[in-house]
Amino acid sequence: MIKGLNIIVTVKQVPDTTEVRIDPKTNTLIREGIPNIINPDDMNAVEAALALKELHGGTVTAVTMGPPQAEEALEEIIAMGADRGILLTDRAFAGSDTLVTAFTLSRAVMKIKNYDLILCGRQAIDGDTAQVGPQIASFLNLPQVTCAEEIKFENGKLVIKRSLEDCVEMVRLKLPALVTVTSAINEPRYAKLYNIEKACDGSMIGRWDVSDMKIPEPMLGLKGSPTIVKRIFEPKRNKKGEILHGSVKEMAGTLIQKLKDMNYKVINNKEG
Amino acid sequence: MISLTSEKCSGCGICARICLYGGVAVNNKTVTFNDRCTGCGACVEVCKSGAIALSGKKENIKNAVNGYSGIWVIAEQRGGHVQNVTRELLGKASELAKIRQCKVSAVILGNELNGATDELIKYGAERVYYTTADFLERYRTMPYERIICDLIKKEKPEVILFGATSIGRDLAPRLANRFRTGLTADCTELEITPEGELLQTRPAFGGNIRATISTPHHRPQMATVRPGVMKPDFSEIRKGEKIRIDVKRDESDDLVEILRIIKKEKAENNLESAEVIVSGGRGLGDGKKFRLLEDLAKSLSGEVGASRGAVELGWMPQSRQIGQTGKTVHPRIYIACGISGAVQHLTGMEDSDVIIAINKDPEAPIIKAAHFSLIGDLNNIIPELISMLNKA
Repeated sequence: MIKGLNIIVTVKQVPDTTEVRIDPKTNTLIREGIPNIINPDDMNAVEAALALKELHGGTVTAVTMGPPQAEEALEEIIAMGADRGILLTDRAFAGSDTLVTAFTLSRAVMKIKNYDLILCGRQAIDGDTAQVGPQIASFLNLPQVTCAEEIKFENGKLVIKRSLEDCVEMVRLKLPALVTVTSAINEPRYAKLYNIEKACDGSMIGRWDVSDMKIPEPMLGLKGSPTIVKRIFEPKRNKKGEILHGSVKEMAGTLIQKLKDMNYKVINNKEG
Repeated sequence: MISLTSEKCSGCGICARICLYGGVAVNNKTVTFNDRCTGCGACVEVCKSGAIALSGKKENIKNAVNGYSGIWVIAEQRGGHVQNVTRELLGKASELAKIRQCKVSAVILGNELNGATDELIKYGAERVYYTTADFLERYRTMPYERIICDLIKKEKPEVILFGATSIGRDLAPRLANRFRTGLTADCTELEITPEGELLQTRPAFGGNIRATISTPHHRPQMATVRPGVMKPDFSEIRKGEKIRIDVKRDESDDLVEILRIIKKEKAENNLESAEVIVSGGRGLGDGKKFRLLEDLAKSLSGEVGASRGAVELGWMPQSRQIGQTGKTVHPRIYIACGISGAVQHLTGMEDSDVIIAINKDPEAPIIKAAHFSLIGDLNNIIPELISMLNKA
């Protein structure tokens, strides 16, 4: 019987891509000054971990891979109630794709050693891949359940509700395991004021680099990544659109006529 | 090529412990490497006696891409019925296979798959690998991963496509790991060069940008592909080969048990195949206004969709959500009512033939994205459209 659950949560600090603005003069993305947030699905994973800890006891460790400023994310998570945070940071990580990112996170998990469960957000709002969670599970040879909407711990196993497009599955899973969660699972709590001081004194945060985790060069950064980005572009969204004028009757009439002219069967032949 | 100098080896076993691929085994102080080794070099670095060496890096890269051929689609089925996304992927696979002059194969795991294998052939699979096994009837990660991995090792396809569905995105990353190869998620465009480099284009940064990605030095090249984007290509007269895969159970299969399945309310919507969609957003002001949209949709024999904002307000179910985290649609006519046009929404519908915006805000981003915009109060405009259409 496991006494309490030792949970590791992987989190990522990301630019808030839902608040990206377009420069009206150039019609391109304004990428500077976008606020950093903790990836929304990861906040749900943290909340799920804290809720399990409250019910069953145990510990919650947050791990993040990023530049030095990602430490802010760990402070916030400790202020929410996590026991400690580990920042994986090293210039050599730059340009990592999901495979080598997952490898680095897996090495950190192996270094942490004692864990029962790894919780991850389903996907990050910048990369949008949903790959890192399953790739960590693969590296560590753990069973996984993705898209979890509910997690219960009963009789030493996890009982999880997971969502597919057409149905919901109730599954039971032996530990140790990795689970990814979606935003449907919970509402993340706010940081507690009395925890913030503890969080910000830095003593609950560890910092590990390449040599701390013994990551071999072939698995590092841009060079170690099997995928490469060949091109990034912004989709052209400016259609030479027409704004219809006139009274409501006139606009509606013009529109229907234009659709008729374009031969849209649904307009011309209602039985069609 | 990984090799061991046994005189130097102390039998400490650190190499086996550090290997994340399971490529090194140590038994009675004897070290053996197996085919799970991907040449990452972790053991070389960590061996205190310097007994392990990794050689021939350049050859590794060239050999890494030689000898792989064929475009595969990992099919998705429910109760033996082939899912739409699989049909779409086979259409795309056929295009790619023409350029590479190679075969299209489908891999389908499940139990009773007679009808499904025939269907896969009609949609373009020249070869279908299939199973007949009750323990594979419903998808579970580990048995599917294990069986498909063995097949990939044996057959060495150059490209493998998966639907970017809950199942596809659960399975593909694990397979990519087993081959230390690249995987691109949620592709909306795919092309292949004559030399065989798969160019994978996808939205990123929350849908704000597009990125074209490739996997130059590793094989197979893997991608999950967004449903509702690629075009299926059906032909009744196609013929193909069916190959049954022999499978055995493994104890790791049962680490996850499926206790029960609860079917979701059957989405009586056909948004992905609709010719006309009338969609509503927060600008409607009130969920009841969707009744107006339903009437307009009815006059046009269309479907009703919703933006994320409207779904979050509880005005419409998630199954009708269109956008980055909802469905991708490509109707002939898309009418966006009270939708501001955030990029996350546009990403789901900008492929529509004609986009019409009805909005009272002339500065709303949707106006720039639309072919025709009617600026005004939708409470007046929509009833007028309905009455004109019903008279016609």
